[in-house]
Amino acid sequence: MTATATQTLTTSGPDTPGRKSAATPKPAPGRKLSLRHRLRRDGALLLMVLPAVALLIVFAYVPMLGNVIAWLDYSPYVGIIDSVWIGWDNFARVFQNATFWHAVANTLTITAFQLVFYFPIPIILALLLNSVSTPWVRSTIQSIVYLPHFFSWVLVVTIFQQIFGGAGLLHRVLANAGFDGFDLMTNPDTFLVLITSQAVWKDAGWGIIIFLAALGTVNPEQYEAATMDGAGKWGRIWHVTLPAIRPTIILLLILRLGDALTVGFEQLILQRDAVGADAAEVLDTYVYYQGVINGDWAFAAAAGLVKGVVSLLLVLGANKLAHLFGEDGVYRKS
Amino acid sequence: MSTRTHTESLTVPRRTRRRSSPNRPAWEGPPTVLGQTGKSVALILVALAVLFPLYTVVLTSVSSNATVNAAGGMVVVPGEITFSAYRQILSGGIVTRSVVVSVIITAVGTILSTVVSILAAYGLSRPNSLFHRTILFVFLITMFFGAGMIPMYLLVSGLGLIDSLWALILPGAVSAFNVLILRSFFMGINPSITEAARIDGAGDWRILWKIVLPMSGAVIAVVALFYGVGYFNSFFNAMLYINDNAKWPLQLVLRSYVLQGVTLPGSGAGQVNVETGAVTGLPVKMAIMVLALVPILLVYPFVQRHFTKGVIFGAIKG
Repeated sequence: MTATATQTLTTSGPDTPGRKSAATPKPAPGRKLSLRHRLRRDGALLLMVLPAVALLIVFAYVPMLGNVIAWLDYSPYVGIIDSVWIGWDNFARVFQNATFWHAVANTLTITAFQLVFYFPIPIILALLLNSVSTPWVRSTIQSIVYLPHFFSWVLVVTIFQQIFGGAGLLHRVLANAGFDGFDLMTNPDTFLVLITSQAVWKDAGWGIIIFLAALGTVNPEQYEAATMDGAGKWGRIWHVTLPAIRPTIILLLILRLGDALTVGFEQLILQRDAVGADAAEVLDTYVYYQGVINGDWAFAAAAGLVKGVVSLLLVLGANKLAHLFGEDGVYRKS
Repeated sequence: MSTRTHTESLTVPRRTRRRSSPNRPAWEGPPTVLGQTGKSVALILVALAVLFPLYTVVLTSVSSNATVNAAGGMVVVPGEITFSAYRQILSGGIVTRSVVVSVIITAVGTILSTVVSILAAYGLSRPNSLFHRTILFVFLITMFFGAGMIPMYLLVSGLGLIDSLWALILPGAVSAFNVLILRSFFMGINPSITEAARIDGAGDWRILWKIVLPMSGAVIAVVALFYGVGYFNSFFNAMLYINDNAKWPLQLVLRSYVLQGVTLPGSGAGQVNVETGAVTGLPVKMAIMVLALVPILLVYPFVQRHFTKGVIFGAIKG
């Protein structure tokens, strides 16, 4: 029943000479239409977007404004309206807090460690899988390695506990071999290795999906040509395969850098108590314990806001970096 | 005559070049024993790394008390098989209730999120529509800047949603990322199809329902899976917003009882007498884990083959 824009224009145009839209000759439909016409044409679309926008406004934008408590002497009993404005005091407290900086250091250490020991694994796996030419082997392995991505962190951590924990499988095997007391789950010294292995187990397989897609776009003739030019197996990987996935590698590297302050929150909060805050306190868990557990809401909000703003700057900076490299980055300049 | 010999001379060497596998590209040399063995070992290790933990979890959950005691913990070699652990946790009590809660949250949440996202994605799929850029921006900003945990908690408690299951659904109901995946798929649909319908007098609701949706089954399945898995797996929201353990979802029960070893009141688990032959804690714990695994394993095979489509769309446009 809804008339399309072009129909509306051609039928009503000559009859209503006073209207702006009718006065303007329109070569391209969709441009230079009056607001009313566009509203009539796109009303259904706006109506469709409405529920999602409403949810985002209430559950994303209102809480963004709620960050105002970082500048207040906030107490839940007093409320936001009646709390006293204290300027940057909460932020000053955050920056003077040694535990905060310790959490920052832990966060960055984990990011750096995983950049070296996690990041290359999906690439290597993708190259390995890409070299498998039997279709059923390939798709079977793919189905298997994608699977853990869909397990919850509770499940993954529990599985690790049952294998590497103090009552786990490995402990038993080692105890039988005369080496007692093995418990990876509560050892702060090996915590970095532990959480990185968990991340690899859960998500490295899933990570190959994007590389495989990039590899799938390589024209087989390139391999053929490289072989003609005398390239061996490794030569083909180096000169054909890797250049093909270079943009993907750079994109993901940049995404990771932009996300440097976010390290598996659910994963860490599950294990913080077992291994101790000294090794496992990261920015997100710090905010949680300061705010929700200790009730220092304004302080925690200030710490969280610092993290949010720095993360935003990192993403923007990383994207700039991508453009400098001649890559598309996360978003494009329009 | 000359063309014929030409084709023959082309096909003959190709046929002889094919070696062990017909899928092996021609430029690859013959497979070396070392290379093939190394590759196979690597692939088997990778597969085992994923499958072995699942195997021992499932096996322990169906093992009898005696088998678990003999093994000294997690069972690797099958012994006596019993399903009493499952009977125990599924015969009422906190685990059963948590399964119900998780199913409700996942079902309601997934339907709500998927419907709202499809509508939003279609609403944003015509590049020159009214307020298109502004609204798109509203979505994009949420991908780059999160409000933070503290204001979120204050909002949820301010809305009176503490201890309400809506607190586990509404805050994460719309993911801009998923909307963008759907949107870029919708935008990829040949515009001449929708234009034809428009000329026939179909409005946007009709076009979405009759044309776009039937063409988008795969990508919608992937997005629904992403949402569903998100709802089913999240535990932190529940830890934050749900104090009443009668309303705990499965993941939170898993965390408290299995990971942290807390004995839950009324669960019946953990207090079972060894001599009566009833299972001890470990099979029960593993059975709870299997409960958390099963829904994923059930849905996974059906959606799995569509992954590439969904993820790549999202990755390129996101």
